[in-house]
Amino acid sequence: MLRRREPPEINAGSMADIAFQLLLFFLIATTFNTDMGILRKLPPMPDEENPLQQETVKERNVFTVLVNYSNQLQVEGRLTDIRELRGKAMEFIENPDNDADLPEKVMVEVPFFGQVPVTKHHVISLQNDRGTSYGTYIAVQNELTAAYAELRNRLSLERFNVSFNELATGDPRREAIETIYPVIISEAEPKDIGGTEE
Amino acid sequence: MISFREKVPKKVPGLSTASLPDIIFMLLFFFMISTTIRENPMIVRVRPPSATEVQKMEKKSLVSYIYVGKPGNEARFGTVTRIQLNDAFQPVENIGEFISKEREDMVESDRNRLIVSIKADKDVEMGIITDIKQELRKAEALIINYSAAQGTREAVFDNF
Repeated sequence: MLRRREPPEINAGSMADIAFQLLLFFLIATTFNTDMGILRKLPPMPDEENPLQQETVKERNVFTVLVNYSNQLQVEGRLTDIRELRGKAMEFIENPDNDADLPEKVMVEVPFFGQVPVTKHHVISLQNDRGTSYGTYIAVQNELTAAYAELRNRLSLERFNVSFNELATGDPRREAIETIYPVIISEAEPKDIGGTEE
Repeated sequence: MISFREKVPKKVPGLSTASLPDIIFMLLFFFMISTTIRENPMIVRVRPPSATEVQKMEKKSLVSYIYVGKPGNEARFGTVTRIQLNDAFQPVENIGEFISKEREDMVESDRNRLIVSIKADKDVEMGIITDIKQELRKAEALIINYSAAQGTREAVFDNF
């Protein structure tokens, strides 16, 4: 009399519908991760403990970039097209011919490279007007970042035969290149807070 | 040949849908992994500028957003550039408070690594951005990210 019966199978026909519902939920409630941008570090606010340092920087070490309210670009006192900015910035940072008008070079001991002349004290001073458009400002920031990136990449390819972006963060080779081409972009203090110097 | 034809069954066999759930699940997992939950609803209109030297934001949990732009609903909110924090318009003075609240919500060890992403429209004037930067310096949120879209070099020059 006892018959072993197979348990009835669960109908999986509606599984697709359930999965579809989940899928639609995720399609609607989420977005692709598209947040990208140019990372910068702000200088700390001057206060009693660390007052604004009125360092005197030598004229030859400063690369002045000004953008006015009608989005015109002035580099080192001359009206310049944005297309020329990258090249000019690279020449300034690198100072290939040890020009007396370009930043002074200091001998620095760098792993892998030994004693290298580095334009350690150079400053790119970026100043803008309150009326400058954000798009213009980003274009200028982008070109300055690109100038550093190109120099670093060139050195990396020359020396290690890999592009700079392939070197992982914390890699001693990456740090060595960062020592040779340090990013020093000073976004000037607004005029009503302190001086324009940093 | 005729006898051969007769052997072909007249009815087309039904298409098996047994693997359909598997396919849908695959899609589902793809979307679950590659997307993130939408942030705040945008009440300001932001068209990010283009840049070539953009970096990806590594850890989303460290990032707080400040949106700057003209209101999306211009008929109702006017055409003056506004700052959006969370889901409301806020004056620039409230940024300090906003940052300290964001810090409270973070894991204690991550609090010093807070990144503030400024998502501003490309036509916004720098005056308001400068004010925001000053407020951020006061609040000691010094790592910032100028949000920009990946573009070609020509697109960057078009910003001008």
